[in-house]
Amino acid sequence: MPLPRTRGKALRQRLAELRGPDLPAKALDARALAALAANPGCKRRAILDGAGVNKAAVASALGSPSAFGQSQFAFTRGNAFEAKVKADGGAELLRLVHEKLDRRAEPPADAQVPDLAATGPEGRAARTALALREATAAAGTWTLLDHPMLALDVAGSPAFLEPDAVVVHPDGSWTVVEIKSFPMLDGSADPAKVGAAARQAAVYVLALEEVAARLDPAPAVRHRILLVCPKDFSNLPTASAVDVRKQRAVTGRQLARLTRIEDIADTLPEGTCFSPELPSDELTSAVESVPAAFAPECLSACELAFHCRDRSRAAGAVTSLGRSVRAELGGLTTVEDVLSAARGEAGDPEDPAVTALRRAARLRAEALQNRGPLATVDATTGGGRS
Amino acid sequence: MSLITTLARLEACRTGRAQPAATVRHRHLSERPLVFVPLTTAGEAGAPLGALVGTDRYAPRLLAVPQPRDRDLRFTFLAELADVVLPYLDAYTEDVEAAERNETDPETGKRVKVEVELCADAPQLIVPSRAGVDFVRLLGRSMRFRRTAEQDPEAPYPAPPRVPLLGRWLTHFGERARVPGSSLLPAMTDLLARHWATGQSTLEDQHLGALLAWIDPPDGSTGAEAALHAELARDPEGQLMCPPAGPATDPAFDNKLLAPAIERYDRARTALATAEDGPEADDRLGELTAAEREIRELVLSRTLPTWEKVWQGLDLLRALPDGAHVEERWTRDRWSFTAHRDRIVAGEPPQPRRDDAVTAANKLAAREREQARLEAQEALDDPLVMAGRRLSGEAFAGEVTDVVMAYSESKRPSPRPLVTVRTEDRPHLGERVRVYRSLGGKPQAAEFVGWEAEDLLVLRVVDKMGRGKEPEAGSVPEKGDQLCFTLFEHEQRGGPKLPDPQETPWTHGGPPGEAAAEAADPLTSEDVL
Repeated sequence: MPLPRTRGKALRQRLAELRGPDLPAKALDARALAALAANPGCKRRAILDGAGVNKAAVASALGSPSAFGQSQFAFTRGNAFEAKVKADGGAELLRLVHEKLDRRAEPPADAQVPDLAATGPEGRAARTALALREATAAAGTWTLLDHPMLALDVAGSPAFLEPDAVVVHPDGSWTVVEIKSFPMLDGSADPAKVGAAARQAAVYVLALEEVAARLDPAPAVRHRILLVCPKDFSNLPTASAVDVRKQRAVTGRQLARLTRIEDIADTLPEGTCFSPELPSDELTSAVESVPAAFAPECLSACELAFHCRDRSRAAGAVTSLGRSVRAELGGLTTVEDVLSAARGEAGDPEDPAVTALRRAARLRAEALQNRGPLATVDATTGGGRS
Repeated sequence: MSLITTLARLEACRTGRAQPAATVRHRHLSERPLVFVPLTTAGEAGAPLGALVGTDRYAPRLLAVPQPRDRDLRFTFLAELADVVLPYLDAYTEDVEAAERNETDPETGKRVKVEVELCADAPQLIVPSRAGVDFVRLLGRSMRFRRTAEQDPEAPYPAPPRVPLLGRWLTHFGERARVPGSSLLPAMTDLLARHWATGQSTLEDQHLGALLAWIDPPDGSTGAEAALHAELARDPEGQLMCPPAGPATDPAFDNKLLAPAIERYDRARTALATAEDGPEADDRLGELTAAEREIRELVLSRTLPTWEKVWQGLDLLRALPDGAHVEERWTRDRWSFTAHRDRIVAGEPPQPRRDDAVTAANKLAAREREQARLEAQEALDDPLVMAGRRLSGEAFAGEVTDVVMAYSESKRPSPRPLVTVRTEDRPHLGERVRVYRSLGGKPQAAEFVGWEAEDLLVLRVVDKMGRGKEPEAGSVPEKGDQLCFTLFEHEQRGGPKLPDPQETPWTHGGPPGEAAAEAADPLTSEDVL
């Protein structure tokens, strides 16, 4: 049984040094994966995630704590729902998989639920791979893998992933199951949340494909995953098959072009460390030594976003107003550049972006000249603050 | 986002204060809106935690659910909400004026005018943010299929009498909010973001506190500083100084304050249930009341700041002059409100879970039409919006430099004057493209004839000049006039008429058949812990 690819010891040690002495590596979780999809070009996020740095702790140490957290109500409810879905040896879950994805197969009865316990993520990943191989060989039976562990190579270092469940069909194919606690109301759920779940599941599909590729013959990993949610306002599970081919392709492409963590690590000065325990100026300069690519989308996906936003704003970067803004301004990247070009004080008049800006500035000034006296809030008319 | 708005945002970055994105107010504001600031329980669908609601800025009504997972307490909350909202709506259903509507006569099939009632004004529900609009829709969905004891004596857990009715109204408001330019259920963040450009992204504008901080920063601080404070500042206990506008609460609030309070409430309730004699029960009832009061105070502490911000936002918006077409769009909202009132009076069943094909197609067509209408009207009402259209080549403004009288070549020649306009704009004009200008509130059409010079173009005016050979006075532009022409139409025509639902073709599922009464959601034991 091959273990997840072992990489050069040098890199592992280098990443451990970056993380800080005696600090455990943080696993790449769903949020990190979402951030990966949202902003693949950010080197800062790539190296910090790759080294398993606790970005939330770093953000707090930098004085810009992240605003993420989970309410215990949501946590309790989510766990209770997942337990309910998987109760009875996963009978209900398998029934849903059969109904939504594989109606031609025999209805599941006496499904196998192998024990996947092992020490350490590497051990659990090996145990999962073994269980998958055995289940695939045992044709004609259903197998439910509860919280398997998968390894995926992200930018040259392995990331360990834990899907909610993986089901092996009687025909030997594999399905990823994602259990979420947002409701499916009258058959439809919040598209943003479904999209996030699909992106997450796509990463699991990629990881499963790596496991499958090592088997002979390689079993099929299904590209339709099963999304299980509570039905309407109740706690009863309902499910829907979600096609993740697109998300899988996008994530696969982004993973492939991720700047290799090794390369980023090589550009860092010797002795760089991202430990949250460092004095804040040392930590700040360490974090600043890796370039970031801040965009407002980061705020919902990355713990360091508020820190990066501060920097981005201080530098006057127009991207802090949104990527689309940056797109329409051509080569002008800072607020001052744009405004002085618009005023006609700088910029190449031949540049179409500059011409458009000047026209826009002129039209705007003309429109505002004739406005009513009340159109802006001055300190004097802004009353009503209570 | 047009380049003009982008410039305004950059200007806001530089000055530290939001810049105008409109010179007039583009949305109707009621003189007596009902402000609704709801909170929900994390992880639960449709389990309200509490709300501040009311029409009086200084006397909001506080509603709270001490144990959000208890169905009886939830119903009590919804019944109380109905007691506030329904009388407010009822006040508008009674005051009507006579109006005319085109209808198809069922016997002759001809279009005839019918005298109908139109509510003289409509209610307006204002929520803090877009998530609040979604929550109103969710509440509507959770209530409208419920059965009261009167409707169905067999129903397990019957709903209080007016709850299903409230559900139907909230569903209607939620649906109407999807129509562009409608004002029955606006979100304060949308209203403010429409009228001001801040120095942050549209994503960050969704935060009501941060948005207001840019528009109206406290003395001595810039918008960016005040916005950062609104987003992140926490008190020594780790609670946000500016609680989120909801309905979701901050996890730190849930974990540190709310969860222990709910636990105390649960304990007090169990203790009361096991009390053995009168005096003991009295003591424990006291404890229960105290625990409940604590939760109410927590809910108040998280909703009151948002409540005040919504009213602050209203003050800011009211200072803007009305856009010229706002009243017309509000009349459409009044029609929508009146129509739903009539459906309820007629005893029609609640809105179905899913629309039939024809209804859905009609809704989509209406939204597209209203979007086009809104864009055209906003541009006509507001020179700043028109500037954006001019920049994108969809309109042009300039001075008339020459007018030459000409006539059409038909049997009865009609005036077709040729007008030369000098403009610095760069409209996308092809041969015989129609352009429109506003003449006494009505659109007058002209055809593009050609460019005479780089900044001189010639138009042929084609209508609104009367029936005679000589054009009516004032209907033809004169030399020296400053005019603005648009390439888009000012008024929207309806699309082709869709068939009646009973005539739905088989390609779209066929006729929906007899509307079966939709069953209420089945209740499961898991609903209550």
